[in-house]
Amino acid sequence: MRLARFEAVLLPHLDAAHNLARWLLGNSQDAEDAVQDSYVRALTYFDSFHGEDGRAWLLAIVRNTCYAWLRKHRSSPESAPSAREMELAPDLGQDPEVSHLQEVDRMNLQQCLESLPAEFREALVLREMEGMSYRQIARITEVPIGTVMSRLARGRRRLRQMLAPTERKETT
Amino acid sequence: MNCQDVWPFLGAYLDGELDLVGSLDLEAHFERCPECARELRGLQDLSAAISGAPRYGAPGELRRRLGHHSRNSLRVAPWVFMAAALAVGGVLIGHYLPSRGADRFTKEVVEDHVRSLLADHLLDVPARQQIQPWFAGKLDYTPVLEGGPWRGFELAGARLDYLGGRAVAALVYRLGPHIVNIFVRPTPGDAERAPVSRVADGFHVVSWRAYGMDWWAVSDLSEAELEELAMCPCFMPPNRTLRLGERPTPKVD
Repeated sequence: MRLARFEAVLLPHLDAAHNLARWLLGNSQDAEDAVQDSYVRALTYFDSFHGEDGRAWLLAIVRNTCYAWLRKHRSSPESAPSAREMELAPDLGQDPEVSHLQEVDRMNLQQCLESLPAEFREALVLREMEGMSYRQIARITEVPIGTVMSRLARGRRRLRQMLAPTERKETT
Repeated sequence: MNCQDVWPFLGAYLDGELDLVGSLDLEAHFERCPECARELRGLQDLSAAISGAPRYGAPGELRRRLGHHSRNSLRVAPWVFMAAALAVGGVLIGHYLPSRGADRFTKEVVEDHVRSLLADHLLDVPARQQIQPWFAGKLDYTPVLEGGPWRGFELAGARLDYLGGRAVAALVYRLGPHIVNIFVRPTPGDAERAPVSRVADGFHVVSWRAYGMDWWAVSDLSEAELEELAMCPCFMPPNRTLRLGERPTPKVD
């Protein structure tokens, strides 16, 4: 009964869980292990889940599992710069040159997304791929909604700056 | 409202997170300011591009390991259940049953349908040709509408509605005197789901998943008629078979 409920509530979010883990960890094998770990943890703590939002609840566990995994297995957490470094980067604001992204090279976009600091990357993945609301993202990433908003804005701006050179080539 | 006031909220507007008043303010500004309108388009393009980046769904092997066919191989072993049971100190009756979430959502779909009929706000945009471009500026996805009338159902128009905490597209179909609202929004799940039918407050709600979208059709029509409409190739790839098999063709007006 309990297991059936667990499966009914959390298994539908397996793709979302795997996608988040894959974008946070950067490869499939680690992502699979992290997802499996996460489901084990979720099952352990399932009694503390009261049915408010299964997907957000699960993804918060996946995220914590991934960060724990990164801390344990990687001396330098990531090649991507930290959000703090990004905060210090000059803010170009409304740059007309980056304002018009038309045809974006998929590979290029993927690489740029991978190179974003994890804070920006996870917010964008949750928002754009998983269609989650700011409130849900705030809950999963354990930050206030205002921070979600600013991470999304900065992540997007950064992506557009990175993608702009390709685009300029195409338009001129 | 000047540009400096608008910029911080562009993202929230794009994500459907602004309240109605804020959205209207921004839209009024976009009308006047080509610069900000262009900035918004840039963000929309980026948003579309990211949504198109690979979404790494779970591999079949992982699914199988976690799925109910091999629940024992989850390697949590009985001790996890025992630990959990001990921690709780007994059996709690769940606060949540999977069907309850679905029912609440069904209710919300029906409420939106009823409101659309009562409040004289059935259509924001009447003509088929204008629907897609009209949505393009208002949602971060565009429902695809192709083909002519389907088995007597006529597309009457569309409007923007609010469902499950976000703005969604509502497509309005007519079959004779009957109105059908079809709510559509992108789903993160990529699997398809066959139509499922529910009843709430005397309305039928048929929901399914196809083309990366979740669809809910709601109407006072019968379940069979709604499923006829669901089979329209706009909503479901034509080679799919419905679980209900042969159906009489609904009466065409």
